Amino acid sequence: MKKGNLFLYIGGAISAIMSFLIILGYFWTPYSPTAMNVGAKFQAPSLEHLMGTDNFGRDIFSRVIDGAGTTFFIAVSVVAIGCALGILIGSLCGYYGGLPDIILTRICDSITAFPSFLLALVIISIMGSGKYNIIFALGILFIPSFARIVRSEFARYRDLNYIKSARLMGAGSFRIMFRHILPNTFPVLLSAITIGFNNAVLSEASMSFLSIGIQPPDASLGSMLSDSQIYLGSAPWYALGTGAVIILLILGFSLLSEGLQRMSKNG
Amino acid sequence: MRYFIKKFSTLIITLFIISLLAFLAFQIIPGDPVTQMLGTEATESAKEALREQLGLNRPVLVRYFDWLLSFIRGDFGMSYNYRMPVGEMLADKLPITMMLTGLSFLFTVVFSIPIGILAGSAKSKKSDVAITSVNQMVMSIPAFFIGILACYVFGNIFRVFIPGNFVSYTVSWSQFLGYMIFPALSIAIPRIAMTVRMLRSSIHTELEKDYVRTARSRGNSYRSIMMRHVLQNALIPVITFLAVSAAEIMTGSIVIEQVFAIPGISRLLLTSITGRDYPVVQAIVVIIAAWIVIVNFIADLLYQLADPRIRMQ
Repeated sequence: MKKGNLFLYIGGAISAIMSFLIILGYFWTPYSPTAMNVGAKFQAPSLEHLMGTDNFGRDIFSRVIDGAGTTFFIAVSVVAIGCALGILIGSLCGYYGGLPDIILTRICDSITAFPSFLLALVIISIMGSGKYNIIFALGILFIPSFARIVRSEFARYRDLNYIKSARLMGAGSFRIMFRHILPNTFPVLLSAITIGFNNAVLSEASMSFLSIGIQPPDASLGSMLSDSQIYLGSAPWYALGTGAVIILLILGFSLLSEGLQRMSKNG
Repeated sequence: MRYFIKKFSTLIITLFIISLLAFLAFQIIPGDPVTQMLGTEATESAKEALREQLGLNRPVLVRYFDWLLSFIRGDFGMSYNYRMPVGEMLADKLPITMMLTGLSFLFTVVFSIPIGILAGSAKSKKSDVAITSVNQMVMSIPAFFIGILACYVFGNIFRVFIPGNFVSYTVSWSQFLGYMIFPALSIAIPRIAMTVRMLRSSIHTELEKDYVRTARSRGNSYRSIMMRHVLQNALIPVITFLAVSAAEIMTGSIVIEQVFAIPGISRLLLTSITGRDYPVVQAIVVIIAAWIVIVNFIADLLYQLADPRIRMQ
């Protein structure tokens, strides 16, 4: 086994465990994430409450899993929107080239020159906050990064001999683009997806932390971290538990991406 | 010189486009600022009078050039919610954000380059796995969580500083800097990890080139090759990366200011977003965007100084 794949295995393991907990969390959590128990507030982590309880006596582990579910849902939707439209724009631009390609590439370049967080703030201030507005704002802002990658791959494959012969054999443009070129972009695309996922998690967490993202009663990891900061002195496990979940979520996917990159480099 | 003029004209055009987009973005918003200021029960004539006063009844393009000219002169318009010039509201907040950005950028450069060189010199399989793992770990911690950790460890346990007890630089520079170190480091640490990773792979690419082998065969020591040849080339892509970092740090400071209760532009920006106080949001966004474009312009110039080949293209 190649050395670089150590990252792939560990990253894959962390991501698999986190995804399992999150998907399980949509159906079942040890306690109800919203059930209050005034008699049991600010309890330190124990076997009964894995991450302790918060200011209302709610079980933090259940809340974290629930919040991670929201964050996960947003990140997956954002990447799905960005990736789908990015592939569409990138493949058309890369395959056909010409003036539309130049214009769209310029637009994509100028959008990526700005931190997506700043542009998301502009969109949120115009549209208002909330779960679906965040998905919309971030989804749009994630298109250029995918479009760029797909475009450069398509431009590279467009003039290769196997594409030329496919064309001679009478394959239509559509078939060539999505049947012959697109699968070749998967290795690059896959690592772009993992990086994009991490950026989406980070952006969502930052925006909800600033309370311009997810609005109550929805809770995400970012908004929980912002709540927990007030109780840092009395219940540090609240912030530490929530932060640890964010870190694991991001770490898993960035190790996966590192492993994927090394794998494609080694052939 | 021709390169400079070309880049400078691109800079001006970009700034112009950004200002136009920023202006138009806030024109298409549904909802009427006048109704918001006066309430829904205001009479039509009162609304009309306020529109007249704010100049909202003129054509869009006229308003744009008007806004742009006064923006350049430093007049950022009136806040809807506070009925105060935006410039005045920003005057004492913007310097704090700028200093936080500058300080964390300084930390990023000062720490990442030596660490990156050290990490780049290590080539064994074991050190590669170790360095990459540590790097990935550090990159995965969001800056605002590092900030919370710093508040907890240095504020609540060691009591090195009191979170929330911000001292302005107008009162005491030393106390100000003492407080700012932690937020600046919180932003810088993930950026340092990213820059180290970038510099390391850049050094490794350079080390594999033929000129390194030639220099070796002529009896140069590893150290002198590294310092005199490899670094000069390896640092070039890092310049561009640091320019991107400068932009990310500026937006990162918006989040960190909330963690450490620093009275920079962050709180103003957030209350303006939720309060739909568009002139304020517009001014802050344009200022940040202008800063990003200018940093990129400087990076382009440095890039050209570091690598004269760029000028030929």
